[in-house]
Amino acid sequence: MPQTLNLAGIDYAILIIYFVFVLSIGWALKRYMKGSTEFFLSGRSIPAWVTGLAFLSANLGAQEVIGMAASGAKYGIMTSHFYWVGAIPAMVFLAIFMMPFYYGSKARSVPEYLKMRFDEKTRGLNAISFAVMTVFSSGISLHALAQLMETLIGWNYNWCIVISATIVLVYIVFGGLTSAIYNEVLQFFMIVLGFAPLVFLALKDVGGWSALKAKLIPVATNAGFAPGTFTESWSHMGSSLENPLGVGWFGMVMGLGFVLSFGYWCTDFLVVQRAMAANSMSAARRTPLIAAIPKMLFPALVILPGMIAIALYQSGDHFLPMVDAANPAKGLNYNLTIPMMLAKYFPAGLLGIGFTALMASFMSGMAGNVTAFNTVSTYDIYQSYISPNKTDRHYLTVGRVMTVLGIGISVGCAYLAAQFNNIMDMLQLVFGFVNAPLFATFLLGMFWRRATGHGAFWGLLSGTAGAAIFHGLALTQGDVPGIKGGWIAQKISFHSEMGQNFWMAIVAWTTCFVMTIVVSLATEKNKTDAELAGLVYSLTPKPKAEDEPWYKRPVTVGVLVLLATLVLNLIFW
Amino acid sequence: MNFDLRLPIGMMFTLFGAMLAIYGLMSDPAAFKKSLGINIDLGWGVVMLVFGVLMLIFALRARKARDRG
Repeated sequence: MPQTLNLAGIDYAILIIYFVFVLSIGWALKRYMKGSTEFFLSGRSIPAWVTGLAFLSANLGAQEVIGMAASGAKYGIMTSHFYWVGAIPAMVFLAIFMMPFYYGSKARSVPEYLKMRFDEKTRGLNAISFAVMTVFSSGISLHALAQLMETLIGWNYNWCIVISATIVLVYIVFGGLTSAIYNEVLQFFMIVLGFAPLVFLALKDVGGWSALKAKLIPVATNAGFAPGTFTESWSHMGSSLENPLGVGWFGMVMGLGFVLSFGYWCTDFLVVQRAMAANSMSAARRTPLIAAIPKMLFPALVILPGMIAIALYQSGDHFLPMVDAANPAKGLNYNLTIPMMLAKYFPAGLLGIGFTALMASFMSGMAGNVTAFNTVSTYDIYQSYISPNKTDRHYLTVGRVMTVLGIGISVGCAYLAAQFNNIMDMLQLVFGFVNAPLFATFLLGMFWRRATGHGAFWGLLSGTAGAAIFHGLALTQGDVPGIKGGWIAQKISFHSEMGQNFWMAIVAWTTCFVMTIVVSLATEKNKTDAELAGLVYSLTPKPKAEDEPWYKRPVTVGVLVLLATLVLNLIFW
Repeated sequence: MNFDLRLPIGMMFTLFGAMLAIYGLMSDPAAFKKSLGINIDLGWGVVMLVFGVLMLIFALRARKARDRG
């Protein structure tokens, strides 16, 4: 495809100024990095509004922005389930119930919490799988960035990789987690201020919300669905045949809303690390809540443009490119929705802002993974298994080396992804097996003091095995057995890969939950109640928040956030 | 840590806002056919400028309060 975005001098100037700010923040923070606590945990000194926006932004990588707009075009407003069902409730749960253990235990990472609560082998399993996953995700982010820039602007793939990897490397080696967090906040404002005018112009162009609704009716009926399918989020969730997601309400609520969402928001160190850097317990608990408020409004920023794009396309404005121009049957390349809309509506100047926002979100997605990787690989792998009892200074140096190493491996992974698309699909599949059961382990660990180390370890392994076996037996209609599933036998059939994925998560979670209980009851308790104080709900004094104003109390704010989310669901029911 | 993030945020968006607004004022109106005839560079530049200046004011006020306290 020929280049589709033409950048003017002012656009390049904006991009370069942004990079100068990013690097200067890293440079300015260098003098504060006195020890490993500063480097990996920001010295637990960041105010709640900053950790909150970083918490949100760490997840707001470009894959999210691009992917959610693509889903908006493919599935319409049902994509909002990924926010209002698949994110907000878990964020509130993390704030109210789980943060007291993460922050209060003074664990320096999520795997370290597992060691304190369970045992060494559970930590090892989690730390190693997490380290491998983050470094691969970072590589995939890098590859996606370079590939997009090559397609859109005709930049050289190799240079793109080298320059973005170097910028991320420099600001993390200088300023550690603080640098990543500060830049995530900068990126948050870039995304909001860069995409808000896009939504404004696109909505104006399509003729407002009611005109959009009318234009989305043929999109739905042409695909064989009820007229309102693209603008009503719950009305067509009765069965998996009624909507383009190919998922019924139960599979969606349990698979996405419970297992996957809680598994990600409540246990993934990439996001939890942001909250752990907060300057007090109260700030740590408010972090996910502060993130939840913009998060619930984000569908307007990322899903709505996708919906407008497909409505315009339906009405004859064919600005979205085909996946393969020679073979229109393959359909539209939805992943180019956002870039194409930037090219369509933004004049030189504003295009620089929108483009920089896109580029920034790729890089901060990478930086988030790298900071989580260097912490886990230094504290949970290097310090625990390779070289314990060294000076703090030593671990600070190791953290910097791990940063360089992590970025080096990411670059390798980017090229691997460029060469062998299947390897990446395979890896992401395996990551899915590993991640799906995690929340069962944390739930039992935090709320059931009888759960033992053996129980947690074998529960996790059997959950992963359960996911793999389920995947081997299940297949989506129209898919070929193999990497998509059904490699053992095709016993269970799904209407969409998304539905298959949600049910796989449900099976993995349940397997892990049951096995952890069974093995725990069959084994001796390996920690005394005294050792579990601060790690398990029933053995921890409840944090007091009565002397804070209402807007700083996690429970009050959490309930308000949930109510607001409920209202949003009802409005777009 | 003695580092107020509002300062670089304010500086960056003040600069971007000013650049965009000036660029919008100097541009040929034909350039805004894409943005439905709206001079979005000028309009949004002013929005970003206001946001940036507000951030700077908050940061400077916090610094003054700290110096006094």
